[in-house]
Amino acid sequence: MVGVKLFRTWSSPFALRAVWALKIKGIDYETIFEDLSNKSPSLLQYNPVYKKVPVLVHNGKPIAESLIILEYIDETWKHAPLLPEDPHERATARFWAKFGDDKVLTSIWSVFIKQGKEQEEAMVPALENLKFLEEELKGKKFFGGETIGFVDLALGWLGNLISILEEIVGLKVVDGEKFPLLSAWMQDFADAPIIKDNWPPRDRMIVKFQALRDATIAAAAAAAAAATSK
Amino acid sequence: MAEEVKLIGMWGSPFSRRVEIALKLKGVQYEYIDVDLTNKSPLLLKSNPVHKKVPVLLHNGKPIAESLVILEYIDETWKANPILPQHPYDRAMARFWAKYIDEKCLPALWNACWCEKKDREKAVEEGNVCLKTLENELKDKKFFGGESIGFVDIAANFIGFWVGVLEDVVGVELLTIDKFPILCKWRDEYVGCSVIKENLPSKEKLGAYFRTRVESASQSK
Repeated sequence: MVGVKLFRTWSSPFALRAVWALKIKGIDYETIFEDLSNKSPSLLQYNPVYKKVPVLVHNGKPIAESLIILEYIDETWKHAPLLPEDPHERATARFWAKFGDDKVLTSIWSVFIKQGKEQEEAMVPALENLKFLEEELKGKKFFGGETIGFVDLALGWLGNLISILEEIVGLKVVDGEKFPLLSAWMQDFADAPIIKDNWPPRDRMIVKFQALRDATIAAAAAAAAAATSK
Repeated sequence: MAEEVKLIGMWGSPFSRRVEIALKLKGVQYEYIDVDLTNKSPLLLKSNPVHKKVPVLLHNGKPIAESLVILEYIDETWKANPILPQHPYDRAMARFWAKYIDEKCLPALWNACWCEKKDREKAVEEGNVCLKTLENELKDKKFFGGESIGFVDIAANFIGFWVGVLEDVVGVELLTIDKFPILCKWRDEYVGCSVIKENLPSKEKLGAYFRTRVESASQSK
């Protein structure tokens, strides 16, 4: 089997990273949209460990985990590089991409799925993490410098998902006054060619994430009730 | 300019030891600086302001943090005895398994050791799922890296050594030979390698360290 296939969902921000990378490099690929409530046998075969999207399949061989897919794409198709040349700059890029997933994403998600006092408390680490990103942008248009790079793609979900989450919870997380550089970057990234053509439909995202928040809050409440009734 | 390599680490940290293995494998001379994690040094805080953790590699004054990121940096900077494979697909697989070890295996195994007794059975079961997955990945290979130690083997150092110490101290069975014969064989080969053997903490010192943790946990209840 020859060629490139990408298993994704319409909404996954992780899958979008692979979409962006493939489009930036002008690689032809076939898209397979998955319904995660009814995973295809192919997906389960290609990603038996996590059973998640995205999965890139190149010449029949699968690669899972979005940042690993990005590095694979970058090493296989060497034009329009995503990572810099210099080893220290590469290490710095990998560091910030990991920070984005391990800290920024989890802390913002925490704010999103909580309410009241718990939500207020969750804001503290979320804002601290965003502050590190703000610092990192000093003197740069993109995290990659003059052009979009690995870290921009890794953090790119901020360019779309933040305003959606903010609208749902009625809270400003990335305040333009507190985070001028980050706010400008989010706008520049979201409007950049290729990036702007691939955002999922906003209204559909709002419905989906509202439902996700409601379900998470309900489940947490049920668990708390079950714990106290023992 | 003479090359200056420093490693800020902690003697008992598997993450810190990963970096030492890589540097030794490549014959890189470095200065080791051990930190007291209960009293973090200004150098550590300045070198890793984001996480304030070890290990941090300082190469000609420039810091790199996060052990797997450091391993990739070392591999790209000093080309002798490569840690990652050449081919992009094999590299992707190595990164996948190292990430699986850090994000799934280590937390599951750690939790199985330190959770409350009532949760232990379930926690051990989750640990077993991870070990089984690694067992299946290893198959008939001597090491995850093939004939010699590679990126994934270095990442798996916690499983190769720390798990055994924890099993003794905490009294939990995790890496048993009846369930995981291939992984146990890997472990024996692994700790038999000189570059690994020479870069492990003392079993006694590590055991004592974990024992004080067990004791303080039981006292605080």
